[in-house]
Amino acid sequence: MIREFTFNEVLFILTGVQATLMLSLLAFVCGMVGGLAIALSRASSNQPLRYVTSAYIELFRGTPLLMQLFLVYFTLALMGFELNAWNAAAVCFTLHASAFLGEIWRGSIEAVPRGQFEAARSLSLGYFARMFRVILPQAFRISLPATIGFLVQLIKGTSLASIIGFQELARTGTIISNGTYRPLLAFGVVAAAYFAICWPLSLWSSYLERRMSRGR
Amino acid sequence: MTYRFDFDIVMASIDLLLLGCLQTLKLTMISGALALVIAVIVSYLRQRGSRPVKLAARTYVEIIRNTPFLVQIFIIYFGLPALGIRFDPETAAVVGLAINGGAYTSEIIRGGIDSVPKGQFEAGLALALTPLQVFRYVIIVPALRAVYPAIGSQFILLLLTSSIVSSISVNELTQAAQHIESQSFRSFEVYFIVTLLYLAITLIVSGVFRSVFKLCFRYPT
Repeated sequence: MIREFTFNEVLFILTGVQATLMLSLLAFVCGMVGGLAIALSRASSNQPLRYVTSAYIELFRGTPLLMQLFLVYFTLALMGFELNAWNAAAVCFTLHASAFLGEIWRGSIEAVPRGQFEAARSLSLGYFARMFRVILPQAFRISLPATIGFLVQLIKGTSLASIIGFQELARTGTIISNGTYRPLLAFGVVAAAYFAICWPLSLWSSYLERRMSRGR
Repeated sequence: MTYRFDFDIVMASIDLLLLGCLQTLKLTMISGALALVIAVIVSYLRQRGSRPVKLAARTYVEIIRNTPFLVQIFIIYFGLPALGIRFDPETAAVVGLAINGGAYTSEIIRGGIDSVPKGQFEAGLALALTPLQVFRYVIIVPALRAVYPAIGSQFILLLLTSSIVSSISVNELTQAAQHIESQSFRSFEVYFIVTLLYLAITLIVSGVFRSVFKLCFRYPT
Protein backbone atom coordinates (compact mmCIF):
# COMPACT_ATOMS: atom_id res chain seq x y z
CA MET A 1 0.00 0.00 0.00
CA ILE A 2 1.24 3.46 -0.82
CA ARG A 3 1.51 5.66 2.25
CA GLU A 4 0.76 9.35 2.28
CA PHE A 5 3.36 11.95 3.18
CA THR A 6 2.04 12.94 6.60
CA PHE A 7 3.25 14.33 9.90
CA ASN A 8 4.51 10.84 10.77
CA GLU A 9 6.94 11.02 7.85
CA VAL A 10 8.21 14.36 9.16
CA LEU A 11 8.74 12.80 12.59
CA PHE A 12 10.61 9.92 10.96
CA ILE A 13 12.87 12.40 9.17
CA LEU A 14 13.53 14.07 12.53
CA THR A 15 14.84 10.75 13.91
CA GLY A 16 17.18 10.78 10.92
CA VAL A 17 18.30 14.30 11.79
CA GLN A 18 19.08 13.09 15.29
CA ALA A 19 21.15 10.15 14.02
CA THR A 20 23.05 12.37 11.59
CA LEU A 21 23.83 14.89 14.33
CA MET A 22 24.95 12.18 16.76
CA LEU A 23 27.25 10.53 14.23
CA SER A 24 28.72 13.89 13.14
CA LEU A 25 29.25 15.06 16.69
CA LEU A 26 30.88 11.81 17.81
CA ALA A 27 33.17 11.76 14.80
CA PHE A 28 34.03 15.43 15.23
CA VAL A 29 34.87 15.16 18.94
CA CYS A 30 36.90 11.95 18.58
CA GLY A 31 38.44 13.34 15.40
CA MET A 32 39.57 16.42 17.31
CA VAL A 33 41.59 14.23 19.68
CA GLY A 34 43.12 12.27 16.80
CA GLY A 35 43.59 15.40 14.73
CA LEU A 36 45.49 17.13 17.53
CA ALA A 37 47.85 14.15 17.84
CA ILE A 38 48.39 14.16 14.07
CA ALA A 39 48.91 17.91 13.85
CA LEU A 40 51.47 17.81 16.66
CA SER A 41 53.29 14.89 15.03
CA ARG A 42 53.31 16.68 11.66
CA ALA A 43 54.75 19.80 13.28
CA SER A 44 57.31 17.89 15.38
CA SER A 45 60.97 17.40 14.55
CA ASN A 46 60.73 13.61 14.61
CA GLN A 47 61.18 12.59 10.98
CA PRO A 48 59.68 9.04 10.96
CA LEU A 49 56.65 10.32 12.86
CA ARG A 50 56.22 13.09 10.29
CA TYR A 51 56.38 10.63 7.39
CA VAL A 52 53.89 8.21 8.92
CA THR A 53 51.32 10.90 9.72
CA SER A 54 51.84 12.53 6.34
CA ALA A 55 51.11 9.20 4.64
CA TYR A 56 48.02 8.79 6.82
CA ILE A 57 46.74 12.21 5.74
CA GLU A 58 47.48 11.53 2.05
CA LEU A 59 45.65 8.21 2.26
CA PHE A 60 42.48 9.82 3.57
CA ARG A 61 42.64 12.89 1.33
CA GLY A 62 43.42 10.89 -1.80
CA THR A 63 40.68 8.26 -1.63
CA PRO A 64 36.89 8.58 -1.77
CA LEU A 65 35.07 8.64 1.55
CA LEU A 66 32.84 5.86 0.24
CA MET A 67 35.87 3.56 -0.22
CA GLN A 68 37.07 4.42 3.29
CA LEU A 69 33.68 3.42 4.64
CA PHE A 70 33.62 0.10 2.78
CA LEU A 71 37.19 -0.66 3.76
CA VAL A 72 36.66 0.12 7.46
CA TYR A 73 33.41 -1.84 7.45
CA PHE A 74 35.02 -4.98 6.03
CA THR A 75 38.25 -4.60 8.01
CA LEU A 76 36.27 -4.50 11.25
CA ALA A 77 34.47 -7.63 10.11
CA LEU A 78 37.79 -9.38 9.43
CA MET A 79 39.11 -8.39 12.84
CA GLY A 80 36.10 -10.12 14.38
CA PHE A 81 34.24 -7.08 15.70
CA GLU A 82 30.49 -7.12 15.73
CA LEU A 83 29.47 -5.94 12.31
CA ASN A 84 26.96 -3.15 12.48
CA ALA A 85 26.67 0.01 10.49
CA TRP A 86 26.90 2.35 13.47
CA ASN A 87 30.27 0.95 14.67
CA ALA A 88 31.74 1.02 11.18
CA ALA A 89 30.49 4.54 10.49
CA ALA A 90 31.69 5.87 13.86
CA VAL A 91 35.19 4.39 13.41
CA CYS A 92 35.46 5.47 9.78
CA PHE A 93 34.33 9.05 10.27
CA THR A 94 36.58 9.41 13.31
CA LEU A 95 39.62 8.30 11.28
CA HIS A 96 38.52 10.53 8.40
CA ALA A 97 38.04 13.58 10.64
CA SER A 98 41.40 12.97 12.36
CA ALA A 99 43.19 13.15 9.02
CA PHE A 100 41.48 16.31 7.80
CA LEU A 101 41.58 18.15 11.14
CA GLY A 102 45.23 17.11 11.51
CA GLU A 103 46.05 18.71 8.18
CA ILE A 104 44.05 21.89 8.92
CA TRP A 105 45.67 22.29 12.33
CA ARG A 106 49.16 21.58 11.03
CA GLY A 107 48.65 24.49 8.67
CA SER A 108 47.54 26.80 11.44
CA ILE A 109 50.38 25.73 13.76
CA GLU A 110 52.78 26.68 10.97
CA ALA A 111 50.93 29.96 10.48
CA VAL A 112 51.82 31.03 14.03
CA PRO A 113 54.81 33.38 13.66
CA ARG A 114 58.19 31.72 14.13
CA GLY A 115 59.13 34.25 16.80
CA GLN A 116 56.46 32.87 19.10
CA PHE A 117 58.22 29.47 19.14
CA GLU A 118 61.56 31.11 19.75
CA ALA A 119 60.20 33.40 22.46
CA ALA A 120 58.60 30.44 24.26
CA ARG A 121 61.86 28.50 23.95
CA SER A 122 63.93 31.37 25.29
CA LEU A 123 61.64 31.49 28.33
CA SER A 124 62.77 27.87 28.80
CA LEU A 125 59.25 26.52 28.51
CA GLY A 126 59.12 22.77 27.94
CA TYR A 127 57.43 21.17 24.93
CA PHE A 128 53.98 20.87 26.49
CA ALA A 129 53.97 24.34 28.02
CA ARG A 130 55.24 25.76 24.74
CA MET A 131 52.57 24.05 22.69
CA PHE A 132 49.54 24.17 24.94
CA ARG A 133 50.06 27.60 26.51
CA VAL A 134 51.66 29.59 23.68
CA ILE A 135 51.26 28.08 20.22
CA LEU A 136 47.99 26.14 20.21
CA PRO A 137 45.76 28.93 21.57
CA GLN A 138 46.93 31.16 18.71
CA ALA A 139 46.74 28.35 16.15
CA PHE A 140 43.21 27.55 17.32
CA ARG A 141 42.03 31.06 16.48
CA ILE A 142 43.61 30.88 13.02
CA SER A 143 42.13 27.45 12.33
CA LEU A 144 38.57 28.20 13.47
CA PRO A 145 36.99 29.11 10.07
CA ALA A 146 38.51 26.07 8.33
CA THR A 147 37.61 23.79 11.24
CA ILE A 148 33.96 24.80 11.08
CA GLY A 149 34.08 24.49 7.29
CA PHE A 150 35.27 20.93 7.77
CA LEU A 151 32.45 20.24 10.24
CA VAL A 152 30.01 21.13 7.44
CA GLN A 153 31.87 18.73 5.12
CA LEU A 154 31.68 16.03 7.78
CA ILE A 155 27.93 16.45 8.33
CA LYS A 156 27.35 16.18 4.59
CA GLY A 157 29.75 13.23 4.44
CA THR A 158 27.78 11.25 7.01
CA SER A 159 25.06 10.89 4.35
CA LEU A 160 27.28 8.19 2.81
CA ALA A 161 26.78 6.06 5.92
CA SER A 162 23.32 5.38 4.49
CA ILE A 163 24.99 3.33 1.75
CA ILE A 164 26.35 0.84 4.31
CA GLY A 165 22.92 0.77 5.93
CA PHE A 166 23.15 3.22 8.82
CA GLN A 167 19.76 4.82 9.27
CA GLU A 168 20.43 8.56 9.24
CA LEU A 169 18.90 11.52 7.43
CA ALA A 170 19.60 10.49 3.83
CA ARG A 171 18.47 6.95 4.56
CA THR A 172 15.16 8.09 6.03
CA GLY A 173 14.65 10.02 2.80
CA THR A 174 15.16 6.87 0.73
CA ILE A 175 12.82 4.86 2.95
CA ILE A 176 10.07 7.49 2.78
CA SER A 177 10.58 7.89 -0.95
CA ASN A 178 10.13 4.15 -1.41
CA GLY A 179 7.05 4.09 0.82
CA THR A 180 5.20 7.11 -0.52
CA TYR A 181 6.38 7.18 -4.15
CA ARG A 182 7.01 10.90 -3.73
CA PRO A 183 10.81 11.06 -4.22
CA LEU A 184 10.94 14.76 -5.04
CA LEU A 185 9.10 15.69 -1.84
CA ALA A 186 10.98 13.21 0.35
CA PHE A 187 14.45 14.14 -0.85
CA GLY A 188 13.45 17.82 -0.98
CA VAL A 189 12.58 17.75 2.72
CA VAL A 190 15.80 15.84 3.49
CA ALA A 191 17.85 18.38 1.53
CA ALA A 192 16.11 21.20 3.40
CA ALA A 193 16.95 19.53 6.70
CA TYR A 194 20.66 19.24 5.74
CA PHE A 195 20.57 22.86 4.61
CA ALA A 196 19.06 23.96 7.91
CA ILE A 197 21.89 22.21 9.79
CA CYS A 198 24.78 23.25 7.56
CA TRP A 199 23.95 26.77 6.42
CA PRO A 200 24.22 28.48 9.84
CA LEU A 201 27.60 26.80 10.33
CA SER A 202 28.78 27.96 6.88
CA LEU A 203 27.65 31.51 7.62
CA TRP A 204 29.48 31.43 10.95
CA SER A 205 32.62 30.15 9.27
CA SER A 206 32.65 32.85 6.58
CA TYR A 207 31.86 35.51 9.20
CA LEU A 208 34.92 34.42 11.22
CA GLU A 209 37.02 34.40 8.07
CA ARG A 210 35.97 37.95 7.13
CA ARG A 211 36.57 39.20 10.65
CA MET A 212 40.01 37.66 10.74
CA SER A 213 41.11 39.05 7.37
CA ARG A 214 40.00 42.48 8.54
CA GLY A 215 42.06 42.19 11.72
CA ARG A 216 45.28 41.81 9.77
CA MET B 1 42.36 -14.79 12.77
CA THR B 2 41.65 -17.58 10.35
CA TYR B 3 40.76 -15.47 7.35
CA ARG B 4 42.90 -16.23 4.27
CA PHE B 5 43.42 -13.31 1.96
CA ASP B 6 42.88 -14.05 -1.69
CA PHE B 7 43.80 -11.27 -4.04
CA ASP B 8 43.95 -13.57 -7.08
CA ILE B 9 40.21 -13.40 -7.67
CA VAL B 10 40.41 -9.61 -7.75
CA MET B 11 43.49 -9.65 -9.95
CA ALA B 12 41.67 -11.93 -12.39
CA SER B 13 39.25 -9.10 -13.12
CA ILE B 14 41.82 -6.31 -13.09
CA ASP B 15 40.84 -5.35 -16.66
CA LEU B 16 37.33 -4.57 -15.40
CA LEU B 17 38.82 -2.33 -12.71
CA LEU B 18 41.14 -0.54 -15.14
CA LEU B 19 38.18 0.07 -17.43
CA GLY B 20 36.41 1.49 -14.36
CA CYS B 21 39.36 3.85 -13.79
CA LEU B 22 39.02 5.14 -17.35
CA GLN B 23 35.27 5.60 -16.95
CA THR B 24 35.78 7.46 -13.69
CA LEU B 25 38.34 9.73 -15.36
CA LYS B 26 36.07 10.34 -18.34
CA LEU B 27 33.11 11.13 -16.10
CA THR B 28 35.21 13.54 -14.05
CA MET B 29 36.71 15.29 -17.06
CA ILE B 30 33.37 15.89 -18.79
CA SER B 31 31.63 17.10 -15.65
CA GLY B 32 34.72 19.04 -14.55
CA ALA B 33 34.78 20.97 -17.84
CA LEU B 34 31.05 21.69 -17.55
CA ALA B 35 31.53 22.72 -13.92
CA LEU B 36 34.20 25.22 -14.98
CA VAL B 37 31.83 26.75 -17.54
CA ILE B 38 29.03 26.99 -14.96
CA ALA B 39 31.45 28.46 -12.44
CA VAL B 40 32.71 31.20 -14.77
CA ILE B 41 29.14 32.17 -15.72
CA VAL B 42 27.93 32.13 -12.11
CA SER B 43 30.87 34.13 -10.81
CA TYR B 44 30.34 36.67 -13.61
CA LEU B 45 26.64 36.94 -12.69
CA ARG B 46 27.47 37.29 -9.01
CA GLN B 47 29.76 40.19 -9.79
CA ARG B 48 27.92 41.97 -12.59
CA GLY B 49 24.31 40.77 -12.58
CA SER B 50 21.26 42.71 -11.46
CA ARG B 51 20.12 42.31 -7.87
CA PRO B 52 17.70 39.36 -8.40
CA VAL B 53 20.25 37.61 -10.62
CA LYS B 54 22.91 38.02 -7.94
CA LEU B 55 20.53 36.63 -5.35
CA ALA B 56 19.65 33.65 -7.57
CA ALA B 57 23.33 32.88 -8.22
CA ARG B 58 24.13 33.11 -4.51
CA THR B 59 21.15 30.87 -3.61
CA TYR B 60 22.38 28.24 -6.08
CA VAL B 61 25.86 28.25 -4.57
CA GLU B 62 24.64 28.15 -0.96
CA ILE B 63 22.12 25.36 -1.55
CA ILE B 64 24.65 23.15 -3.34
CA ARG B 65 27.41 23.79 -0.81
CA ASN B 66 25.21 23.02 2.18
CA THR B 67 23.54 19.78 1.10
CA PRO B 68 25.20 16.37 0.53
CA PHE B 69 25.97 15.26 -3.01
CA LEU B 70 24.19 11.96 -2.37
CA VAL B 71 20.89 13.81 -1.79
CA GLN B 72 21.50 16.05 -4.82
CA ILE B 73 22.01 13.07 -7.11
CA PHE B 74 18.91 11.37 -5.65
CA ILE B 75 16.83 14.48 -6.38
CA ILE B 76 18.15 14.64 -9.94
CA TYR B 77 17.77 10.94 -10.67
CA PHE B 78 14.71 9.92 -8.61
CA GLY B 79 13.01 13.26 -7.97
CA LEU B 80 13.05 15.13 -11.27
CA PRO B 81 11.15 12.46 -13.26
CA ALA B 82 8.11 13.57 -11.19
CA LEU B 83 8.42 16.89 -13.04
CA GLY B 84 8.83 15.11 -16.36
CA ILE B 85 12.62 15.52 -16.54
CA ARG B 86 14.13 12.10 -17.04
CA PHE B 87 17.82 11.25 -17.31
CA ASP B 88 19.61 7.96 -17.85
CA PRO B 89 22.09 7.26 -15.02
CA GLU B 90 25.17 8.49 -16.94
CA THR B 91 23.57 11.82 -17.86
CA ALA B 92 22.20 12.27 -14.34
CA ALA B 93 25.71 11.68 -12.97
CA VAL B 94 27.30 14.23 -15.32
CA VAL B 95 24.56 16.79 -14.61
CA GLY B 96 24.82 16.22 -10.85
CA LEU B 97 28.61 16.41 -10.74
CA ALA B 98 28.68 19.50 -12.99
CA ILE B 99 26.10 21.34 -10.89
CA ASN B 100 27.88 20.34 -7.69
CA GLY B 101 31.38 21.18 -8.92
CA GLY B 102 30.13 24.42 -10.50
CA ALA B 103 29.03 25.79 -7.14
CA TYR B 104 32.34 25.06 -5.41
CA THR B 105 34.44 26.23 -8.33
CA SER B 106 32.50 29.49 -8.63
CA GLU B 107 33.50 30.31 -5.05
CA ILE B 108 37.13 29.68 -5.98
CA ILE B 109 36.89 31.85 -9.11
CA ARG B 110 35.17 34.60 -7.15
CA GLY B 111 38.12 34.57 -4.76
CA GLY B 112 40.42 34.83 -7.78
CA ILE B 113 38.48 37.75 -9.23
CA ASP B 114 38.66 39.49 -5.87
CA SER B 115 42.42 38.99 -5.98
CA VAL B 116 42.72 41.12 -9.17
CA PRO B 117 43.10 44.77 -8.12
CA LYS B 118 40.01 46.91 -8.71
CA GLY B 119 42.16 49.47 -10.54
CA GLN B 120 42.66 47.02 -13.43
CA PHE B 121 38.93 46.83 -13.88
CA GLU B 122 38.61 50.61 -13.90
CA ALA B 123 41.56 50.93 -16.27
CA GLY B 124 39.82 48.56 -18.66
CA LEU B 125 36.62 50.58 -18.52
CA ALA B 126 38.62 53.78 -19.06
CA LEU B 127 39.94 52.24 -22.29
CA ALA B 128 36.30 52.04 -23.43
CA LEU B 129 36.09 48.24 -23.16
CA THR B 130 32.66 46.88 -22.30
CA PRO B 131 32.37 45.11 -18.90
CA LEU B 132 32.27 41.76 -20.72
CA GLN B 133 35.47 42.64 -22.62
CA VAL B 134 37.19 43.73 -19.40
CA PHE B 135 36.18 40.41 -17.86
CA ARG B 136 37.40 38.46 -20.89
CA TYR B 137 40.68 40.27 -21.65
CA VAL B 138 41.77 41.82 -18.35
CA ILE B 139 40.39 39.93 -15.39
CA ILE B 140 40.04 36.27 -16.23
CA VAL B 141 43.66 35.25 -17.00
CA PRO B 142 45.35 36.63 -13.87
CA ALA B 143 42.36 35.42 -11.88
CA LEU B 144 42.79 31.91 -13.35
CA ARG B 145 46.48 31.95 -12.52
CA ALA B 146 45.66 32.84 -8.94
CA VAL B 147 43.04 30.10 -8.62
CA TYR B 148 44.70 27.34 -10.66
CA PRO B 149 46.01 25.32 -7.68
CA ALA B 150 42.62 25.49 -5.95
CA ILE B 151 40.88 24.40 -9.15
CA GLY B 152 43.27 21.47 -9.37
CA SER B 153 42.33 20.25 -5.90
CA GLN B 154 38.67 20.88 -6.71
CA PHE B 155 39.05 18.60 -9.74
CA ILE B 156 40.46 15.88 -7.51
CA LEU B 157 37.61 16.37 -5.05
CA LEU B 158 35.20 15.96 -7.96
CA LEU B 159 36.98 12.74 -8.92
CA LEU B 160 36.57 11.41 -5.37
CA THR B 161 32.94 12.56 -5.28
CA SER B 162 32.25 10.71 -8.52
CA SER B 163 32.46 7.41 -6.60
CA ILE B 164 29.08 8.31 -5.09
CA VAL B 165 27.29 8.05 -8.45
CA SER B 166 27.71 4.28 -8.15
CA SER B 167 24.61 4.50 -5.95
CA ILE B 168 22.52 5.27 -9.06
CA SER B 169 24.30 2.43 -10.89
CA VAL B 170 26.58 4.42 -13.20
CA ASN B 171 29.44 2.46 -14.71
CA GLU B 172 32.62 3.64 -13.01
CA LEU B 173 35.34 2.36 -10.69
CA THR B 174 33.23 1.96 -7.53
CA GLN B 175 30.48 0.27 -9.52
CA ALA B 176 33.03 -2.13 -11.01
CA ALA B 177 34.24 -2.89 -7.48
CA GLN B 178 30.73 -3.65 -6.30
CA HIS B 179 30.20 -5.88 -9.32
CA ILE B 180 33.32 -7.91 -8.59
CA GLU B 181 32.47 -8.06 -4.88
CA SER B 182 29.01 -9.43 -5.58
CA GLN B 183 30.53 -12.22 -7.66
CA SER B 184 33.54 -13.14 -5.54
CA PHE B 185 32.43 -12.17 -1.98
CA ARG B 186 36.02 -11.00 -1.45
CA SER B 187 34.86 -7.63 -0.10
CA PHE B 188 38.01 -6.61 1.73
CA GLU B 189 40.37 -7.52 -1.10
CA VAL B 190 38.26 -5.75 -3.74
CA TYR B 191 37.91 -2.51 -1.81
CA PHE B 192 41.56 -2.59 -0.76
CA ILE B 193 42.71 -2.78 -4.39
CA VAL B 194 40.20 -0.19 -5.54
CA THR B 195 41.21 2.22 -2.78
CA LEU B 196 44.81 1.88 -3.95
CA LEU B 197 43.67 2.53 -7.55
CA TYR B 198 41.89 5.72 -6.48
CA LEU B 199 44.99 6.79 -4.57
CA ALA B 200 47.15 6.17 -7.65
CA ILE B 201 44.76 8.15 -9.88
CA THR B 202 44.68 11.15 -7.54
CA LEU B 203 48.48 11.14 -7.18
CA ILE B 204 48.92 11.01 -10.98
CA VAL B 205 46.28 13.67 -11.63
CA SER B 206 47.73 16.06 -9.06
CA GLY B 207 51.17 15.47 -10.58
CA VAL B 208 49.81 16.37 -14.02
CA PHE B 209 48.19 19.51 -12.62
CA ARG B 210 51.48 20.57 -11.03
CA SER B 211 53.47 20.15 -14.26
CA VAL B 212 50.84 22.03 -16.29
CA PHE B 213 51.06 24.87 -13.79
CA LYS B 214 54.83 24.99 -14.17
CA LEU B 215 54.48 25.05 -17.98
CA CYS B 216 51.58 27.46 -18.47
CA PHE B 217 51.47 29.90 -15.61
CA ARG B 218 55.11 30.83 -15.18
CA TYR B 219 55.87 34.48 -14.53
CA PRO B 220 56.27 36.56 -16.59
CA THR B 221 53.76 35.54 -19.21
